[in-house]
Amino acid sequence: MTLRVNDLKVYYQTLRGDVHALDGVNFDLADGEIMGLAGESGCGKSTLGKSLIRLDGRMRHVDGTIELDGENVPIADDRAMNRFRYHEISLIPQYAMSALNPTRKIGRMINELLRSRGVRPADVAEELDRRLELVGLDPDVLKRFPIELSGGMKQRVVMVMATLLDPSLLIADEATSALDVSTQRSVVESMVEFRDRGYVKSMIFVTHDISLVYQMADTVMVMYAGRIAEKAPASTIINDPQHPYTKMLIGALPEVGTTTEDTRLEGIPGTPPGLLHPPTGCRFKDRCPIASEECSQTPPLVEIEPGHWAACWKTGR
Amino acid sequence: MWRYMGRKLGIYGITFVVAVTINWMIPRFMPGDPVSSMLNRASVSDPEALERMNTYYNEVFGLDTPLYQQYLSFWSGLLRGDLGISVWLYPEPVTDIILRHIPFTLGLLLPAIILSWIVGNRFGAFAARSKILDNTVLPLGYILTATPYMWLALLLAWALGVVGGFFPTAGGYSFALTPSWSWPFISNLLTHWFLPFLSMFLVALGGWAIGMRNMIIYELEADYSNYLQALGAPRRLIRRYAFRNAMLPQITGLAVQLGTIIAGALLTEIVFNYPGLGTLVLNSLNNNDFFLLQGIFLFVVVGVLIANFIIDIIYVLVDPRTRVQMTGGAS
Amino acid sequence: MTNVPATPGAADSGAAPEPAGERKVSEGLHFARRNPKLLIGTGIVLALLFTGLIGPLFIDQGPNVYVGPKSQPPSSEYWMGTTSFGQDIWAQFVYGLRSTFLVGALGGGIAFVVGTAVGFVAGFKGGLVDELLNMFTNVVLVLPTLVVLIVAVAYLDVRGVVVQALFIGLTSWPWAARAVRSQALSLATRDYVDLARLSGRRTWRIITTEIAPNMSSYLVMSFILLFGGAILIAAGLDFIGLGPANGVSLGLMLESAVAWSALQLGMWWWFIPPGAGITLLVGSMYILNVGLDEVFNPKLREL
Repeated sequence: MTLRVNDLKVYYQTLRGDVHALDGVNFDLADGEIMGLAGESGCGKSTLGKSLIRLDGRMRHVDGTIELDGENVPIADDRAMNRFRYHEISLIPQYAMSALNPTRKIGRMINELLRSRGVRPADVAEELDRRLELVGLDPDVLKRFPIELSGGMKQRVVMVMATLLDPSLLIADEATSALDVSTQRSVVESMVEFRDRGYVKSMIFVTHDISLVYQMADTVMVMYAGRIAEKAPASTIINDPQHPYTKMLIGALPEVGTTTEDTRLEGIPGTPPGLLHPPTGCRFKDRCPIASEECSQTPPLVEIEPGHWAACWKTGR
Repeated sequence: MWRYMGRKLGIYGITFVVAVTINWMIPRFMPGDPVSSMLNRASVSDPEALERMNTYYNEVFGLDTPLYQQYLSFWSGLLRGDLGISVWLYPEPVTDIILRHIPFTLGLLLPAIILSWIVGNRFGAFAARSKILDNTVLPLGYILTATPYMWLALLLAWALGVVGGFFPTAGGYSFALTPSWSWPFISNLLTHWFLPFLSMFLVALGGWAIGMRNMIIYELEADYSNYLQALGAPRRLIRRYAFRNAMLPQITGLAVQLGTIIAGALLTEIVFNYPGLGTLVLNSLNNNDFFLLQGIFLFVVVGVLIANFIIDIIYVLVDPRTRVQMTGGAS
Repeated sequence: MTNVPATPGAADSGAAPEPAGERKVSEGLHFARRNPKLLIGTGIVLALLFTGLIGPLFIDQGPNVYVGPKSQPPSSEYWMGTTSFGQDIWAQFVYGLRSTFLVGALGGGIAFVVGTAVGFVAGFKGGLVDELLNMFTNVVLVLPTLVVLIVAVAYLDVRGVVVQALFIGLTSWPWAARAVRSQALSLATRDYVDLARLSGRRTWRIITTEIAPNMSSYLVMSFILLFGGAILIAAGLDFIGLGPANGVSLGLMLESAVAWSALQLGMWWWFIPPGAGITLLVGSMYILNVGLDEVFNPKLREL
């Protein structure tokens, strides 16, 4: 088991109180697993991605533990976390287009980063060239400035750079949303290839685009209002979803493969609850067509069949 | 590359033409006859000399010829390096007088600008390190930029000159000495130079420190800084990048601030009666020597334009982004 | 005239999922009340304004009248001492503050109007209009303001505060135009502005109803900076002897102090108050501005 997240609670501090962005999240990630993490914006998926590598100023770890390869990951301790960052846990950020220092040549920046993390650039130089070629880039890009590269090229450079030290866990946060469809596809294929070659042990792919997830992910986890709604193998989520929210999410898809978030999610009436004072019980109950009395109790996340988890009173019994 | 430079040069060319035109227009379109008002207010006692001057200035202004001809002859005089003859120091040409004073102004200005820029940037970067430093350096910087140049000059002259007696408070060198390349003269020059320099340096310092502090905070919020932090890069590396990137807008700031700093130099010189262009401005105003005043104006404008162009070139050399765009890098 | 303290940060992206809107205002107030820079800056500016407005009412004779003994250091009767001619420096100071505020408000105001108008139109219209206005802005930007002013004002026979402010306003707007232009440029491409444009509304209406309100904080801060800048330029002009004829201002006080050798005579009370007044006023305005920036721009709150 690569990653084990246990009852994770991370809140945002605001003037009017804590926003419960992650409110008790449990899941496991197996070796070699690519997990798609989906949900509406504001459901906590990005917060989860960030929590695993670096909490930003307003985020506060409230409760829960994270284990990576059997070792405790001290996410609340910024200093202690440094040991894990890049070496064990790495990130392809949402803003990959602007993630490189604009005034340094790419190769020089990577070398400086490596040296600062205690790695001799010469030791990985060959590997770096090989991986750049693998994603279809000329190693000459190292001698260029970021501005000389196209968006897709920058994306691939960041991907190679992020995985250069063979991390156990790679978080890709909306990593392809800024790309055009054909570039998206090739980036996604490279990611799968990286996993197959063992450059990364496991991957969490945060996205709002379920159809993209379906192309690459082994499993899909759907989040709703700071909690997990359902987690199952990708094909199960698409073909046989159990949680009413997942059903509506999938059902709203006109056809797998061609939609954007806006048109798709319009299909679900109502809006997600505010997380400043989250409602008790099941958080989906106000929008749920089959809600009943028992939904005023919080449904636990239970394994309804092997590898298929859902948090709903109506499923699996 | 050449397009960019050509564009910049175009702007500077236009600016120069505008400045010359302003210079030409002002005496002609202000109420009253410029020659008589100038000579009336200038106290020339010798009637014969007055007559000579009258003829000369009437000829130079050429007020009885059509406007376009006046304008053209103004330009042709200018291009021959002829800015007219001073009223105050008649019959010395304005150009000669200005050239004599320029070294003093440049000697103050260049070290003050360059040193304040370097030190200010360091201070600003330092201030962005912690809340405590920020809360002390920042207000100090704002107070300094809010200080009128002449007032800080007065304070320093009073404290270190009149009361402390460490430095002379007037002139460019002691009148007892004749200019030469001897050590006593140079050290004398330096002691006269120090206070005006210091006061300009301090006022300008505040602005640079603030600018740098703001830019660095902006850079530390940038995506690449965030990403490096997420990958566990040490603070030191991130700061180094931020500092370097924040320097670039500060170079542009240098061009923008130039006018203000030159104004500061003129005011500071007046306080110390330092024999540069500032004192010359005051003298020409007091003697109604508009030829001299306008000559100084043109010299300053040309100086600013040259400095701007140099800064443009440096910027292109330093910022890889513009450099790459200009050499037409592949994308 | 100084570096613009407003760092060009984008608005808070708001990672927390919650409705914005009218809450923003109350949140702003919340931070405003807790921001020492804003409070101290505003306090000092208001105190000086009050002094300039009320002070002259308690002074019987004009500020340039020879009322007392000559060259007196500060005493209980003459709070700031007297000049070599026996003028009351306190009287000159309060009257001077008044005209300093006037020059700042007028000069800064004119520069603000010209600068924002040029900036908005350039940024919003784009194309050839932008190109031309931008070139014009750059030309005026490169010209050294004070030196232009010296030449222009030197030829004026009658000089008053208003004329001085007018000249200052007409020469010191370029950086504001630049800043407003770049802001307007980024706002002009937003959806709601596009919508307004598509629905055929007039440019000026769109600017005043859609764009300007969205950068009101930025405009306020620009005005304050222009205000302070105008005061400093006016002081410089006064100091060279191009101030209002027969008037009083803090810059003129400095001029006469230097002209009558206050420095050599050790009459520190003559030249310290006017300069301190300017520094305190303009400095407080700048610090107030940083405070405003921190209130408006949540990213700066944390550091």
